[in-house]
This record gives sequence, structure tokens and C-alpha cells, in this order.
Amino acid sequence: MNKDGNEGFILKEDVKLMNEKMTRPEKEQVTFNKDRIAWRIGLNNFAKHLFFLSTVFAIVVLGILLYQIVVGSIGWLDWQFLTNNLSIFPEKAGIKGAIMGTLFLMMIVIPITLIIGVATAIYLEEYATEGRIQRIIKVNISNLASVPSVIFGLLGLTVFSRMLNLGPSILAGGLTMSLLVLPIVVVASQEALRSVPGFLREASYGMGADKWTTIWRVVLPISIPGIITGAILSISRAIGETAPLVVLGVPTLIMKIPTGIMDDFTVMPIQIYYWTLDTVLTPEYAYLASATIVVLLVTLFILNSVAIIIRNKFQKKF
Amino acid sequence: MRNLNGNKSKFVYQVKGLNLWYGDKQVLKDINMKVLENEITAIIGPSGCGKSTFVKTLNRMTDNIPIVRTEGEILYNSQDIFNSEMKVEELRTKVGMVFQKPNPFPKSIFENVVYGPKIHGIKSKKTLMEIAEQSLRGAALWEEVKDRLSDNAYGLSGGQQQRLCIARTMAVSPEVILMDEPTASLDPVATMKIEELMEDLKKEYTIIIVTHNMQQAARISDKTAFFLSGELIEFDKTNKVFGNPADKRTEDYITGRFG
Amino acid sequence: MESNNVREIIQQNIRKKNHFSDKLMPKIFLFMALISVVTTFGIVYTLIFDSIKFFSQVPISEVFSTKLSPLSKNPSFGFLPLLNGTFFTTIIAMLVAVPIGMGAAIYLSQFASEQIRKILKPVLEVLAGIPTIVYGFFAYSFVTPLLMKLIPSLGAKNVLSPGIVMGIMIIPMVASLSEDAMNAVPEIMKEGAMGLGSTKLETTTKVIIPASISGIVASVVLAISRAIGETMIVTIASGSAKNFTFDITQSMQTMTAYIVEFTSGDAGSGTVGYYSLYAVGLILFIFTLIINLIAQYIARKYREEY
Repeated sequence: MNKDGNEGFILKEDVKLMNEKMTRPEKEQVTFNKDRIAWRIGLNNFAKHLFFLSTVFAIVVLGILLYQIVVGSIGWLDWQFLTNNLSIFPEKAGIKGAIMGTLFLMMIVIPITLIIGVATAIYLEEYATEGRIQRIIKVNISNLASVPSVIFGLLGLTVFSRMLNLGPSILAGGLTMSLLVLPIVVVASQEALRSVPGFLREASYGMGADKWTTIWRVVLPISIPGIITGAILSISRAIGETAPLVVLGVPTLIMKIPTGIMDDFTVMPIQIYYWTLDTVLTPEYAYLASATIVVLLVTLFILNSVAIIIRNKFQKKF
Repeated sequence: MRNLNGNKSKFVYQVKGLNLWYGDKQVLKDINMKVLENEITAIIGPSGCGKSTFVKTLNRMTDNIPIVRTEGEILYNSQDIFNSEMKVEELRTKVGMVFQKPNPFPKSIFENVVYGPKIHGIKSKKTLMEIAEQSLRGAALWEEVKDRLSDNAYGLSGGQQQRLCIARTMAVSPEVILMDEPTASLDPVATMKIEELMEDLKKEYTIIIVTHNMQQAARISDKTAFFLSGELIEFDKTNKVFGNPADKRTEDYITGRFG
Repeated sequence: MESNNVREIIQQNIRKKNHFSDKLMPKIFLFMALISVVTTFGIVYTLIFDSIKFFSQVPISEVFSTKLSPLSKNPSFGFLPLLNGTFFTTIIAMLVAVPIGMGAAIYLSQFASEQIRKILKPVLEVLAGIPTIVYGFFAYSFVTPLLMKLIPSLGAKNVLSPGIVMGIMIIPMVASLSEDAMNAVPEIMKEGAMGLGSTKLETTTKVIIPASISGIVASVVLAISRAIGETMIVTIASGSAKNFTFDITQSMQTMTAYIVEFTSGDAGSGTVGYYSLYAVGLILFIFTLIINLIAQYIARKYREEY
């Protein structure tokens, strides 16, 4: 089929050739070696199973991971663990501070990313004309999305923590995280806006509505489920992210529960990080880490389920 | 000229030397046309002849397409619509539009109808309700939906949706209604209802309708314009165009020799 | 008449309306959209500004040496051990992620029935949604002890285990991007080959993969960028040994882990050690940026093919 020596792309001519061959009855076909056909089919089946195994491999690992962590958390994950403050004694230690820290962090991240993210998406999809500014912003966002998170940590450390003198506070952490997850919200919102069919905009313009009225009254209400889905995904990312906060200097041991956005704080992933590092000294910390991971994963699972439910419920067919 | 009411009629639209380009491609070529008040003008022609673009130019819906460039004059009630004095929002409330595919908003029936009045500053619930009833009655939809005004518009049938769109257009009290193949996506029964409706609408509105369906043009319109490759080939009384066309190309088209 | 009344009010309102918000909003949105651009500038500025301080104090020959001892009395800042650590963890991750991810992509796009695909794909995506800290914990407290049973000389901190786990984490990314590329191959090409009596395997290797190769390559390139930038798995499981070694059973430090170690450590602001963070950050940033631009370039080319 493929021309000998041409291992690269199949050309359209090749397809034509293939199709021509198809329609031409070929006598040689009858003389095909039966053993060879059996071998080819056998190889095909072998490969199929191999490919299946690679798909399942990842899933099996996922299963082992979850099993290990859940087993590790048994006996440690209870109400007391969720409501106690941090302690150096494993039996007394709880993650109330980390949970509160995560909640506080989200109070910063959610409004900031939503406002900036949706506004950026509206600009790109509704207002920007093809041109340099639009291209710069687009390329910038796709590159920003692939900057390693640890670099955002350096940005936060330098700009928010040191230059603006916010220290490793909830505000500094929230701002850093907001910038990190911003591309997720932008891209999701862009998709949501793009999915609003042109004929609905036309209908609105046809009634004498101006552009902003059309966006505000017609386009945005229809895009909200998509935007919320994107926002939830970005929140999940922010909740699980560790490196930027560690780089920002979020401290190892926080006994105090944060009460405001200028307070020092810790979050669940950082708690996991330090407990994991310290298992060398106190082996029980591994169980505490497992228990915290279970709480973290359940949180993410709930968030993602909500996102999926919203997406399915509001999926509009026009 | 006298219109149906016997009054001295006036020209709603006077199109003078209209040329329109999509990028480099000229879509409309030197169109000259006058549209009388309270008449139904049908615009026919094969696909891609520019008829749809032409009606969209009449309320400047083509403004939204950046590559479109126009030349010439369109006088609406003797005011040039391309003049900077003319607010496009004002023009579009005076000249409403009904599209090829029913395009209600994914909101309630009531919210659909009052969308226009609401965005143009009418806030009183009572007035909005009155407008909704009047418009829905005008579009012969009231009896079918009066008990479920808060239901989503997408629960309506295609024909009902299109009549809802007509009601929505009527709600801002336009003077002209442009219709871009309004029955193209509807079944024959729904099409018939809309055609009947147009007979009534004619009493209050000037209607310009693009249609692919020549029987429809012949049935409903007072005047017919035949477009071909961006040119206005023939424009006359409907029975003249269909009965005794002046141009050979018109004859070929209406007898089904092409298109 | 009522309708004339409505018409009158509407026309009056339109004439009165100044479209203030219609004119103001685009400006606000543009301003917001520029925040992301400012962020990029902020990153570049931050990295370059402090890197300059570093490079003005440390000779370039030292940077390219193998001796990294930032906290000793006579500090030395050779970054080769970090590049080495990043290189090995990335290679191991790719050795895991590329074949398995590709296998999964081929299975899902060519062999799996629609029902099986509907089950497997979301499960695979769950893998992509698990925070990296969880993988780090898994690598350190499960995979490393497991591997120790096979390789007794394996260190408690080593490159092999985080490399493998990172590879597993990246499988969904390779699988899903490659699957998209394979699904984009026009059906007619596939039918052409199948019509000739090719098996699915032959169709895949001789038609589908050659036709979608640039999309597949782009997915691999993006995966490399992801592996280079990954932080928590290697910080936890690969440790902080700054040796220049090729022994993957031992601890090595990656660029990302160096940044984490240093910021959470005691390096005071203003020291060369502190500035070295930004130098490493800058190198990391440039690496990932170049790789991403390559991936975007390849992906753009492939979109134009059909």
C-alpha cells in the first residue's frame, strides 16, 4: 500500500491509488499465502491486547495508588483529624488549619480568576479584531499555561511577598495561584462564549441591541454553565497545587488558624508535603499524609462531579 | 400610486446605486429599487444571488461583518441609513428582522417577546405584559401559548418558534419587517400559517421577504424582485413578473430552467 | 394606539441612550486581558533581573561545572548536576509515558468499542487530575520501597522511582493528545487501507501513525515540557543530592527541586545563593518556553495538513 521507501506521510495520491486498487479485481489476491494471513491476524490480535494492557496499566496503577492511600488513612481519618489543630504528636494532629487555609485561599482565587479570566475571554472572543494585540494575548495565554508552576512561585515570592511586602500571606498565595490558573478559566470561558450560536447574537442585534447589551443579556447567560465548569476545574488545580506556595515560603508549622487574608497559612498539599518529608523521623506521619490525601482527593472528586453535572445538565442543543 | 387603503402612498425605502463587496468579491451590483409602504415585496433568485445580503443591508445587519464594504445610498423614509446621523439601533427597531432559522433565545416565551422593549428601557411589568399579549396576538400565537408564557421557548414547535420570533420583532413596534426565508426550515402546515399571518401583518407593516419558493412569492407578494448574480434583473408587480416577465432570464428562472 | 405609544417611548429612549457602557466595556476587558501579558512580563522581569545579579558574581565557567555546593563556606554554583537530574528524571518519565500513552491512544482510537472507550477515557482522565503532591507521596512511600525489593542498592531517594511515577502521571496527556491526532486522520485514508484487507494493526502502523505523526510528536514534546517543569514528585522522591552522577538508583536534584529546596531553606535574600534560584528559574523557563514553542509549531503544521 504505502510506496516503498516513503515512510512519511500518506499522500492523497496514495489514497487514490489504494481506492483504484480496491475497485480493480486482482487475481493475485487468491494466491495469498494462508499462513501469512493467519500470522497477520495473529499479530493484530496480539497488538490489540498489548494496547489494551497499556490503557489498563495506567488504570491499575491508579487503583493501587488509591488503595494504598485509603488503607494508610484507615484509623487516622476521623472527625477529630478534620477538626483538630496541627500537633507534633501524630495522634493529636489535625488538619483544621490546612482546611481553613485552603478555604481562605479559594476566597481570593475564585473572584480574581473569574473576573480577570472571563473578561479576558470576552475581550478575545467578542471585541478583539484579528490583529497584533489579539495575537499577543492569545500566544501569551497558551505559553503562560505551560510555564512550570514553580516559576509562578518565584514570581509570587519576588513580586507579592517581597516587593509588595505581603509576606507568605493568604493574599500573596491567592494572587500567585490566581495567575497560575488564569489560563484555564480563560480557555474554558472562550469555549463557552464561542459555543453561543451566531444566530442568537443576530437576533439581539436585529432588535436594535448594542454589543454590550447583547453580550450581557444573551451571550453571557448562555455561557455561564461552561464558565462555571472551567472555574471549577481551575479551582481543583489551585487546591492541589503545592510548589508555588512552597516557593512563596508558606511556613512548615502553623499552629494558628488563619482569621484574615493577611495571616500566614498552610494548605492541605503543603501539609502532605511536610508530613511526607518527615516520615523519616516519625513514621506515623505517613498515615497523616494518607489521611490528608484522602480529604484532598474527596474534595477534588466532589468539585469535578459538580462540574460534570453542570456540564451535562446545561448542555444546550441549538 | 395609491396603496390598498387608497391613501397617497409613500416610499419606505429608496435604494440608489447600491454596490456591496465581501472583501474583493462584489456581491451586489448597482441596485436601484423603491419599496412602497404597506406592501409585501418578495425577493427571489437562485442561491448566492445576493438576495439575502440585500435585505441584511436594509437594516445594516451587514455592519457586523468587518470585510463588507458598501457604496451607494439607501434612503429609509428619505433618510440615508449609512449617514452617521442615523443610529443603527434606531434603524433596527424601526426595521425588524426575522431570520431563516427560528432563533428564539433560550429563555421563556415571555422573556423572548419582551426582550426588545426591555433593552430599550421599558421597565413597567404591566406595559411589558400588554406588549407581550399584543405582539403574540399579532403573530397569531397568543391562543397557543397564553397559558405557558413562562415555559422555555425551545419547547415550541419550529413553526411556533418562528411566529414567536415574529412576535418578538413586533414587540418593538417596527415599521418594516424584513424576512429572510422565514419558512425555509418549516413544514408546509407551519409555512401556510405564516403566509396567512403575513396577509394580516401587511395592514400595519411593510414587509420585504426573501424567498426561495416561487409559489410563495406569487401567493403572498404585491411586488417581486428577481436577483441574479448580484444584479437586480427585474422588479415589478408580482403578477407581471410571473405572468409576463420582461427579461428572458427571469422567465428562465421562474419556469424552472435553472436555479 | 398602544403600539404607537410603545414605538414613541422606544425611539425616545434610543435617542437618549449614550451607549456609555458599550464604549467603556471593551476598554475594561482589554485592560483585564492585558493582565496576563503583564504576568508574563512580570515573570521574565523577575527572572532576568535577579539572574543578572547572579551571573555578574559567578563566572560562566563555574556555572557549567559539575560542582554545586551553594551553602558551603566556599560556595560553588555548577548547574550541571541539576541539568543532569532533570535530564534523567525526564528521560525515565518519557520511557514510561510515551510507549504506554501511545498504546493507550492507539487502543482508544482504533481498537476500543465505543462503550469501552466511554468507560476507559474518563478513568484515564482521573489520573491527570490527581495533584502531583499525591504522586510524590506515592513514589516515595510505595514505589521506592517496592523497587528496593528488586534493586537492593536503590537509595531511599533516587531518580528511578519519581521518573517512573512522573511517567505514569503523564500517560493521560500523551494518550489524549495523540488520540486526538489519530482521530483527526480522515476516515477515507483508513477505509482505503482497510478496504485492501489490511488488519487494524497494519492500518494503524502504515496509515494512521504516519498521517498523524506530527500531532503525536507534538504530544510527546509537550509531555517533555511537563516533565521538566514537574516539581513535587522529584522534590519528595528524588531528594537533593547535588552529585553529578549517571546512577539512577541514587538521589539527584532537578532544577525545580533546587528552587523548592532553596526557597524553603535558609538562603537569605541578597546572597549569591538566593540569586542562583532565579538563574535556575530562568534556565528552566527558557527550556520549557522553547519546547512549548516547538510543540505549537509542530501542532500548527499538522492542523494544516488536511
